Amino acid sequence: MRWLWIDRIIEHEPRTRLVAIKEIPSQGPHLVDGVMRLSLLIEGMAQTAGILVGTLTGFKEKVILAKISRAALETDIVAGDSVRFDAVLDRIEDAGASTSGTLERRRGEGGGWERVGQVDLMFSHVDQNMAGIDFPEENFVFGPTFRQVINDAGLGDLVEA
Amino acid sequence: MSRDEIFEKIREVLDDALGVDDDEVTSGASLTADLGAESIDFLDIVFRLEKSFGFKISQGELFPENLTENPEWVADGELTGAGLAMLKERMPHVDFAPIEQNRSVATIADAITVESLVDFVDRKLQAAAAG
Repeated sequence: MRWLWIDRIIEHEPRTRLVAIKEIPSQGPHLVDGVMRLSLLIEGMAQTAGILVGTLTGFKEKVILAKISRAALETDIVAGDSVRFDAVLDRIEDAGASTSGTLERRRGEGGGWERVGQVDLMFSHVDQNMAGIDFPEENFVFGPTFRQVINDAGLGDLVEA
Repeated sequence: MSRDEIFEKIREVLDDALGVDDDEVTSGASLTADLGAESIDFLDIVFRLEKSFGFKISQGELFPENLTENPEWVADGELTGAGLAMLKERMPHVDFAPIEQNRSVATIADAITVESLVDFVDRKLQAAAAG
């Protein structure tokens, strides 16, 4: 099963922006000395932004993370924190898309959100890759796990049959 | 905008897109062979050029795409005469002379240099100014 790094989608502005949230579990291999691994924060942003890019084509395209243009974290995120992945679409073409993403952290239920980092990404629509390489017909990106998150957010009607 | 001014803006684009140092971005530097660009970087460069210069770049306008899908253009892994003629016509901003002898498709992208980008942008800006 795919390791999903977002719990739920909390905002969606069609063709523009998608926001997801993750509660950081207190134990597990995602932590190093109690601090969340940056690589998994990037993965969470990639999943958030990837869904945003996927919505534009009815999840027909295989949207693959192709490049981390920028990844900066100013403050550690630790077990028990909540993380908000706020992804904005910058540009999309047949071959791929670019997104800008803001990472925010909240300590405790009543606390406010604090901006702690930036993750900018590029995605390839692999079936339209510039090298002309063939990939399997099946959409291995937006499988059942992703579909569940998408459906739970009320975005299921954006998925083309 | 002068070509020197265009060059400076392109240097910034390549700094951001490829993570290269200023002194690596010379006119004759090949985007792939010298600056390490890969296929996704070409799309990144297109997006950044559009933002930096304020014009739209159509797919395949700046860099060649899907060449291998047409057997008239590529045969046995090499660019044909018709393929080379097509590239010269569609991409006048690139000097293809260096690949006239070695036409392997793997080396086509090596012909695209920083100067190619400067020439491309210069042509686009002049065309826009001419209306």
